[in-house]
Amino acid sequence: MKTNTIKIAAILLVSTALVAGCGKKKVEALPPAAQGTDYGQNATDPNAGTGQIIPGSQEDFLQQVGAFGDRILFETDRFNVDAEDQAVLQRQAQWLAQYPNTRAIVEGHADERGTRDYNLALGERRANSAKNYLTSIGVDASRIQTVSYGKERPSALGSDEQSWAQNRRAVTVTVR
Amino acid sequence: MSLFARNRKLASFLLFILGTQAAIAQTPPPAAPASDEPELVEFDTSKTRSIAVPALVAPAPADTAAGNSVALGRQIAEVISSDLRASGVFETQGPNGLRAITLPEVATPQFDYWKSRPVEQLVQGFVRVGGDGNLTVGCYLYDVGFGNETTRLGFNVPPREWRRAAHKCADAIYSRLTGELPFFDSRIAYIAESGPKNKRTKRLAIMDSDGANHRFITNGQSTALTPRFSPNYKSILYLSYVDGNPRIYVYDIDAGRQRLITQSTSPTFAPRWSPDGKTILYSMAVSGNTDVYKIAATGNGTPVKLTSSPGIDVGGSFSPDGRQIVFESDRSGSQQVYVMNADGSNQRRISFGSGRYATPEWSPRADLIAFTRIAGDFRVGTMRPDGSGERLLTDSWQDEAPTWAPNGRVIQFFRTAKGSGKTSIWQVDLTGSNERQLPTPVDGSDPAWGPVLP
Repeated sequence: MKTNTIKIAAILLVSTALVAGCGKKKVEALPPAAQGTDYGQNATDPNAGTGQIIPGSQEDFLQQVGAFGDRILFETDRFNVDAEDQAVLQRQAQWLAQYPNTRAIVEGHADERGTRDYNLALGERRANSAKNYLTSIGVDASRIQTVSYGKERPSALGSDEQSWAQNRRAVTVTVR
Repeated sequence: MSLFARNRKLASFLLFILGTQAAIAQTPPPAAPASDEPELVEFDTSKTRSIAVPALVAPAPADTAAGNSVALGRQIAEVISSDLRASGVFETQGPNGLRAITLPEVATPQFDYWKSRPVEQLVQGFVRVGGDGNLTVGCYLYDVGFGNETTRLGFNVPPREWRRAAHKCADAIYSRLTGELPFFDSRIAYIAESGPKNKRTKRLAIMDSDGANHRFITNGQSTALTPRFSPNYKSILYLSYVDGNPRIYVYDIDAGRQRLITQSTSPTFAPRWSPDGKTILYSMAVSGNTDVYKIAATGNGTPVKLTSSPGIDVGGSFSPDGRQIVFESDRSGSQQVYVMNADGSNQRRISFGSGRYATPEWSPRADLIAFTRIAGDFRVGTMRPDGSGERLLTDSWQDEAPTWAPNGRVIQFFRTAKGSGKTSIWQVDLTGSNERQLPTPVDGSDPAWGPVLP
């Protein structure tokens, strides 16, 4: 386990170096801010919709990390965490440090332009990249689970580069 | 001997037994092509052969659990005709538009009449309801030009399995006239899809090779993906998110129960059976790194890890003799196809064309490997097991995940529409001709073709 993590961290460093200088991957038109993220773990929060945000809730997380601060995006077939992603994950880690009784599920996704099995593997790799960075900056690994949805749950619905860029993502969903 | 007595003699000659979901007994199949044949038997699918299929005669009309035998005679002819037409090899006539034949004609065709239509081949037969309520279906193939009988088969089936008798008859005719092995009497597991692109309902479903006898297995509450029929059709391997995580289950069709193939906290996906059904091949991601594993299908025993590259090693398909496995890996930097021995040794890359290569599937005839090639669009193609002889069979925006017909002659795959994400199941001949969509009640993906039923 330890060895694997170290190996992956080493790969991440190399990959980061390799793609440094690649074009900006953030897209102009981001998807509407989803409540409870793509997969709505906390969609049934009893306080949802009352206008009152409970500290430590998923709503609170989304508010604190800012627009799209719950996700990092990836280049085609890539899974490295770049400086921009690190800033996003640092804000997530700060929130997680503030609420030590919360846990997080990192959902890894791929765009539709890949084969199904490979995309499941790729989504898992992306979710683990985010998890590994979060743990490297102090979040206890036992608090973070990963799940890959491959290409099964796109966030943007188009069949174009812009949509695909939004769908190659790792989204952090918090759980109390 | 009267014609009737002669026919009764023929009918008794065709005496067979069938249990439920068991073998349809029949006369020995026609000679198969030599197994060491290195190349495709390239019959020309662009040149179709004409074949007439009048309604089967019901000599003593009787009601059965599947309807009256007269109606069954027509329906069986419709299925035979439809199978042969769908193969792309035949131009069929009938049963609609053809005159009814009499029982004596079944054994003594009026060749002059059929020559004048004109037609090259003729299928005739009868349906008889036995005292036990089962059907005896006789199936005769005649060469109209030569004026002789070339194939004769009989099947004894429960009325509800009348379509299988039709498929067996069509298989015998197809084999006899093309030299290929049969494939119509087989089944397909796939994923039935519905709903919006970002919230697709995906249900495990099964159907006959022509889309009939469709049945949903799961209710769609949790996403199901990538099914594979076991070689004996008793169970189905597939991926389900039923506990929130992607895991492979083996679903027992008769019992309606499923179990995990291996207890693991890591995601498991891309399941495949070995040809003998004793081993399950799967992929598992541990700390983000996916490798290919195998485990005994009984659920006992320990998983064996077959790959260990830091890249994604995923999928896989056994060679028909079970000695080798073809799989995909991005260890070179992009998805490519590799072959290894079944114990994981001697891993070597075989795809070197432009673009990425994914979802390799070994042909049941051993001579070819089907794949998805990703170079802009996704196309389905084949190559030899050494990577040579690549050819692309389809040309669309996104064709993916080939699965072989049990005779290694036809490839099924699924097509995704750009934009809507709607999916459909298609099949194509090895030559790239006769591409056609399979009828499914809703959208369909991830087809997996099983073997010919016994």
